[in-house]
Amino acid sequence: MTQGIDGPHPDDRMRPAGRRNSQGIRIDPEAEATHQPRRAVLSTLVKHEPGVLSEVSALFSRRQFNIESLTVGATDDPDVARMTIVIEEPEPGIDQAKKQVRKLVPVISVEELEPEAVQRELILVKVDGEKPDDVNAVADMYDGNVVDASPEAITVEVTGSAQKIDAAIEAFDQFTVREVVRTGAAAIDRGAETLKAERRTDTTAASTAETATDD
Amino acid sequence: MSEQAPVSPETETETTDGDEQSTAETLDQRADERAEDRPVTTGAQSVVRALENAGAEMLFGVQGGAIMPVYDALYDSEELTHVTMAHEQGAAHAADAYGIVSGKPGVALATSGPGATNLVTGIADASMDSDPMIALTGQVPTNFVGNDAFQETDTVGVTQPITKHSYFADDSDTVGDDVGEAFALADQGRQGPTLVDLPKDVTKGETDVQPGTPEGPDTFDPPTEADADAVAAAANALAEAERPVILSGGGVIKADASDELRQFATEYEVPVITTMPGIGSFPEDHDLSLEWAGMHGTGYANMAITNTDCMLAIGTRFDDRLTGDVATFAPDAEILHVDIDEAEISKNVEADVPLVGDARHVLRQLDDAMEAAYDAADTSPAQYGEWREQCLTWKDEYPMEYDTPDDEPLKPQYVVERFCELADDDTIVTTGVGQHQMWASQFWEYTEPRTWVSSHGLGTMGYGVPSAIGAKLAAPDQEVVCFDGDGSFLMTVQELSVAVREDLDITYVVLNNEAVGMVRQWQDGFYEGRRMASEYPWIPQFDMLAEAFGARGFRLEDYDDVDEVIEKARNYDGPAVVDAIIDPAENVYPMVPSGGDNGLFALNDDQLEDI
Repeated sequence: MTQGIDGPHPDDRMRPAGRRNSQGIRIDPEAEATHQPRRAVLSTLVKHEPGVLSEVSALFSRRQFNIESLTVGATDDPDVARMTIVIEEPEPGIDQAKKQVRKLVPVISVEELEPEAVQRELILVKVDGEKPDDVNAVADMYDGNVVDASPEAITVEVTGSAQKIDAAIEAFDQFTVREVVRTGAAAIDRGAETLKAERRTDTTAASTAETATDD
Repeated sequence: MSEQAPVSPETETETTDGDEQSTAETLDQRADERAEDRPVTTGAQSVVRALENAGAEMLFGVQGGAIMPVYDALYDSEELTHVTMAHEQGAAHAADAYGIVSGKPGVALATSGPGATNLVTGIADASMDSDPMIALTGQVPTNFVGNDAFQETDTVGVTQPITKHSYFADDSDTVGDDVGEAFALADQGRQGPTLVDLPKDVTKGETDVQPGTPEGPDTFDPPTEADADAVAAAANALAEAERPVILSGGGVIKADASDELRQFATEYEVPVITTMPGIGSFPEDHDLSLEWAGMHGTGYANMAITNTDCMLAIGTRFDDRLTGDVATFAPDAEILHVDIDEAEISKNVEADVPLVGDARHVLRQLDDAMEAAYDAADTSPAQYGEWREQCLTWKDEYPMEYDTPDDEPLKPQYVVERFCELADDDTIVTTGVGQHQMWASQFWEYTEPRTWVSSHGLGTMGYGVPSAIGAKLAAPDQEVVCFDGDGSFLMTVQELSVAVREDLDITYVVLNNEAVGMVRQWQDGFYEGRRMASEYPWIPQFDMLAEAFGARGFRLEDYDDVDEVIEKARNYDGPAVVDAIIDPAENVYPMVPSGGDNGLFALNDDQLEDI
């Protein structure tokens, strides 16, 4: 015997005209909105305490945000650390990532840096030591420094934007590259603008921290 | 609401804030008194004191090695009552249900290692349903942490993704404030679970620091009022709409906004649909109620939610069991999304107007803005008249019906309906997860908030038995009934021993179809009837099992006995279990297949095959 209720067949029911896309956005038939992924740099101030890094990185993997790099370092406030997170996501994903990170308890603030913000990465490249003069010349081209040299191997340090670092790695490829160590991005807004810890209530850390300024 | 009204919304707000103010003062005062009368001397005493200062009254837990110092401190507490559960999962679910019914964080206590890992299911459940709860777990002494010591688990690491925050207490002087902060955080903004891991040396260690009144973290500042421009935009959208609905989620209950919702919906005559966790946020016997939408929601709710042109969605996260395929979810609707958690805005369904704030406050803000919006649009609620008629037509077209033929076994829907008829109006219903849960939500009429206690987001079989214990202890004067399935019941049946020991007047009704019925239904619908591991060739007799536990057991098989057995079980002073032998062939309808189109819900097996 058939289970269920009697009633109009699905084909005989009132139907709406519209649709949404997979991101739950109503589709405008005139101009269907598709969001292309873009690169965003999130400068995040966090409490300098154990477990923060794993909490933030676990959030990115759990929610499937596409993370390009993540760097952590101290700030001028010993109780506050800065994480610079580079992600590549469509607009709604970037928005979600910011809001989800902001919800974590040890996170003090999340700001997206402007696209023209100063961004720097560092590489240490170890190449074969057979052609020291050639290596030196390439290092000079990228404003790099030789930081260690032996008859077998030379190590060069280069800093710069991601594009410059990519180019430098390619250039060093003509020598036999033994190892490349690359950091993620460190980034800061241009001009006088700063991002500093702003706390809701007075704590020891907050008394030394300054309010974020807008000028 | 007019300005001339004797009690304007502003005055109400002031009164409420005034009450909160004085409550805070009383809490501070009492904390000072405790510190004066009985100063704490150890970390464990600080933990207990922090709970007392937070206003906690009841704990659900299981003893064990690493948590023993805390239990030892509880020995002296006159303010906290501890309920010993049979299993830590039971402790977590009981604390969760206590939190749902009381509105304040429930407290679960467990030892390190297996004690903590056994809590995990319950914590994850609370996280998915935003239930306020705090878990306190023992941990090996700090100098053993990281050594794979006996009963050591990285509890903070394991629970981090399923709590609002997990704390590792590393200092006897601050452990009390850690617990206080975790307790406050569980309740703040969008409610949810928190955890504090308590190493044994920290709880045993000496301290003379007296914990104060709990305060939330300094990095967390939940919003109250929504942005005024957004409120105006939302009011305009409603004023211009022709087919509006209100979608009321669990957040309406969590925010204690049911009165405001009822007032708003009635005033502007907007039909109300709830989500499953939102059941009870709006009275189902109200003219404007379409009950709940989603996978097994009513046909009329799913028709309305699909064809609306403007949805005021409050305190819902647009779970996939509600939306089905988002491509076809309310595709013509402008979405006005009220949520206290800004991360829920446009997470699953894009919000045209985001209203980030507390549901109660935002509903008042909207109420204040409606008059101007109707004036500006030159409209009135009368324009929704045709739409309301349409919704009523759907109620006639898609009634929640079932047959009760004499020659077939008992229908579960009938048992639920009869119980609802016989029970007190404010009865609290708890459930496990599965077909019985759907029947309990479809065929019981819910009229009050905090009377529906269930596991929604996580879908935890076994939630029923312990959640009824937590619910009963949170509301001892209300009738509590737990509808469970035979599969769900067996997963946490050991907690029946707690209900007996605590002498709790709970009626358990096992809708027994000798199968994991929802899985069986899916196998019949989507796996060509290949019933792998869904039917029980043999299961215990639950009435006899109940008697072995010291509860009263009843067996129910015939329509003629339904009322009598229900009354006997209700009237028994203590836990009673009704083993209701139901039609194993009965399926849950209507049904939107997973990821399907809400508007194309199947009413029966034949329609399911067609879609």
